[in-house]
Amino acid sequence: MLLLLFEQFLNGLQIGLLLFLLAAGLTLVFGIMDLVNLAHGSLYMMGAYFAAVFTQWTGNFFLGALLALPAGALLGIIVEVVALRTLYTRDHLDQVLATFGLILFFNEFARVVFGAGGMAIELPSWLEGQVEIMPGLPYPSFRFLIIVVGLGCAGFLYLLVQKTRLGMLIRAGASNREMVGALGIDIKLLFTLVFGLGSALAALAGLMSGPITTVQIGMGDNILILALVVIVIGGIGSIRGAFIAAVAIGVIDTMGRAFLPNMLGSFLNPSDAGTLAQALSSMLIYILMAAVLVLRPAGLFPAPGR
Amino acid sequence: MKVSTLLSLTSALALAAVPFVAQPAAAQANKKIKIGFVTTLSGPNAAYGVDMKNSVELALEHMGRKMGGIPVEVVYEDDEQKPEVGKQKTDKLLQRDKVDFVAGYIWSNVLLASYKPVVDSKTFLISANAGPSPLAGEQCNPYFFAASWANEQNPMGVGELLNQKGVKKLYIVAPNYAAGQDMANGVKATFKGQVVGQDMTKWPDQLDFSAEISKIRAAKPDAVYVFYPSRWGVQFYTQYSQSGLKKDIPLYSVFTIDAVTLKLQKDLALDTYFGLFWAPDLPYATNQKFVTDYKKKHKDTPTFYGAQSYDAMNLIASAVAGTKGNLKDKDAVRKALEAAKFDSVRGPFKFNTNHFPIHAIYQQEVYKVSDSEYDIRTISKIIDNLQDPNAPKCKM
Repeated sequence: MLLLLFEQFLNGLQIGLLLFLLAAGLTLVFGIMDLVNLAHGSLYMMGAYFAAVFTQWTGNFFLGALLALPAGALLGIIVEVVALRTLYTRDHLDQVLATFGLILFFNEFARVVFGAGGMAIELPSWLEGQVEIMPGLPYPSFRFLIIVVGLGCAGFLYLLVQKTRLGMLIRAGASNREMVGALGIDIKLLFTLVFGLGSALAALAGLMSGPITTVQIGMGDNILILALVVIVIGGIGSIRGAFIAAVAIGVIDTMGRAFLPNMLGSFLNPSDAGTLAQALSSMLIYILMAAVLVLRPAGLFPAPGR
Repeated sequence: MKVSTLLSLTSALALAAVPFVAQPAAAQANKKIKIGFVTTLSGPNAAYGVDMKNSVELALEHMGRKMGGIPVEVVYEDDEQKPEVGKQKTDKLLQRDKVDFVAGYIWSNVLLASYKPVVDSKTFLISANAGPSPLAGEQCNPYFFAASWANEQNPMGVGELLNQKGVKKLYIVAPNYAAGQDMANGVKATFKGQVVGQDMTKWPDQLDFSAEISKIRAAKPDAVYVFYPSRWGVQFYTQYSQSGLKKDIPLYSVFTIDAVTLKLQKDLALDTYFGLFWAPDLPYATNQKFVTDYKKKHKDTPTFYGAQSYDAMNLIASAVAGTKGNLKDKDAVRKALEAAKFDSVRGPFKFNTNHFPIHAIYQQEVYKVSDSEYDIRTISKIIDNLQDPNAPKCKM
């Protein structure tokens, strides 16, 4: 039982870290550029497609991933320069409308270019297997890799934001955009860089989830909603907040799915228990969000000055 | 021209148009057969809608685009896999296109949301996939026919297969919606062993099954039975294989492997068990013609969704021919449909009292045609003349 509990915790952690990769980019863009980017899920999808294509082309998942990251960043930069740059001064509602349009565009684009059937990302055989984390607990190697990459990425972002000049500008931008501009920083370039970084993170999330959930049109649409919840809980613009909120949501959701049906199943039939368990575990996420909003309206770790 | 003049002119024209439209109803036989076909043509599952559309078109070509000598027109509508959209499109087909038959429907929840306006308007509805249990039982309807199956039938075949393989302890995982519940109940109807666990996952959002797979590992069953159509099937098979359980706990499924998913599942689908009423290699002449011509035209193997759509068109054609195109006589059309005088791709086919087919279920397997190509073949007949369990509840 304890082993199962630990295994389910790992499952939750893994889902949470994947969510973190997606939410980190979203929170950067939202916090620093004040841009509501619903198309972040599309960048996630395109990252996965890039990885699938490049993996097929090079025959190696790691080479494919290595190529997909800059491709994802480049695509983000193109989208920023072509479509989003004009929207910064506009109302949030206009941004929602425009980026929703981008979702439709990218879904159709993927259908035309990559076909409607979706793609699989082939993993090297050693990643298809399992690692023995503890005696009696084999864990899928690739899911373990997601945990490693997610934690590594969190560490990298921490260092980037806290210890570098770019990070300083990012933090300053999240607190007061106008002031950063007034101090003579090229805010346009900063925005483009941040958007590129956010897109690369989205692409990383997409290419890490691709081998598990396969690459499909619209794969980013559902997970984007969860990512939005994450940044609301974590505080807009805060990487640390996104990390804690994403892991919390991943663990709550998995634990709910894992243990609620059995508890409810003792007095309900399986499909009713399933319905109720799903409702409860997704409700828990929103209850958490509501509680955070009541106690700390700006989220757990809001950027100072906002 | 003044606005008021324009308006009065327009209204006069509109008035004049009314009796003109109403006239053709007096004629005996239809001059044209109009069929509305609702399926999923956009989004991640568009591949199935396209496969169904291709098969409908192939059926039309095979019959020279005529049913009983009368030209046929098919109007395709996209339900986007959403019940509310499916209902809207169905209403549009009935009211604006005034179709003679409505056919199609992949998803049970879409069909359940859409069937009422069709049967209420006394239009015949032929399902080309979904076969939800309410429509086979209490809510069966004189205007509803399934050219596919009842949801429970194929799982009942798999349940019997599990018995034959000596499985004693079974774990069931299926999505929590109308069809998922039927598919779980179907296997339980024939499986004689013990169900040690059952998870109903969130539909359609849940794509990650790590929590369920960990539970399967802990429950140590003899076999796992799943129903995950289309992309969910690829995801479940991928994740199950990555967990390393596949070699210890065999995977049984229904509607989880088809020509579209197989392109992604590949090796993952080898050495798994499944049962279905149709396979591309069934030896019947109609089936061979359908599969050969489909492959020739589309360079691809049809799925069971396509096979059922092909059957649906031939079923409608048999009813049109049987009534000599006089579709106003609803009782005659119904009798002709019930007779099912057409050659089904699945071989022997007849309707039960609830307008759902009675047919055989076969055990099938995936094999490697070449290094990169996979196909599905029949191993043996699991069960013959299978009726669905809801028929006795149907009072028509």
